Amino acid sequence: MAEDVFKALADSTRRRILDELVERDGQTLFEICTRLVTKHGLGLSRQAISQHLAVLESAGLVRSRRQGRYKIHDLNTKPLERIITRWLKPDTTEEPHEDPPHQRLRR
Amino acid sequence: MKIHLTSVFVDDQDKALRFYTDVLGFAKKHEIPLGEDRWLTVVSPEDLDGTELLLEPDGHPAVKPYKEALVKDGIPAASFAVEDVTAEFNRLRELGVRFTQEPLEMGPVTTAVLDDTCGNLIQIVHSK
Repeated sequence: MAEDVFKALADSTRRRILDELVERDGQTLFEICTRLVTKHGLGLSRQAISQHLAVLESAGLVRSRRQGRYKIHDLNTKPLERIITRWLKPDTTEEPHEDPPHQRLRR
Repeated sequence: MKIHLTSVFVDDQDKALRFYTDVLGFAKKHEIPLGEDRWLTVVSPEDLDGTELLLEPDGHPAVKPYKEALVKDGIPAASFAVEDVTAEFNRLRELGVRFTQEPLEMGPVTTAVLDDTCGNLIQIVHSK
């Protein structure tokens, strides 16, 4: 699962798609294509963008749903939270520390 | 040469006429009986002799899969110019119109995409 997330994030077009979904959830393929070409000059074919969306979807970063007759795409940031916490050290605040947190870095 | 007439395929001509006139604000131009269907066109009230839009029945077997595939991906069947996309978006939303794309600024143009209730998506656009 995490490997899929890294693979999905490794591509600049896919990162642009996520950028645009942050701005507004619930986009159709048409809107995503339009945004990529007019805002970023990425004139990819609709099919190519559809494939990028499939990669994002298999990594869990994008969710698609049918709303009536339209298919719309939403951003899902849960997989990012998992990869961010992966390398964070365990919280050690249980032990009392002599310095307040903002001074520890200066020692 | 200029564009005299263009068409959208509609699932019900009466419903389409109501939507295109009462909601969008076009004016009926021609209504000529043709067997079960009608030659039914609307025009912009700002240009009664301008391009006609034919509300064409979608009974041909090739049409429904075509329409469904376009709508699924959010692709508009036609694009209409308005004075101000955001104002029109607000006006139409008040009337219960569903949008698949809210107003979006794209450099010199602003667009939005709405559902015509007859099986098509329609883009509205203005240029700065």
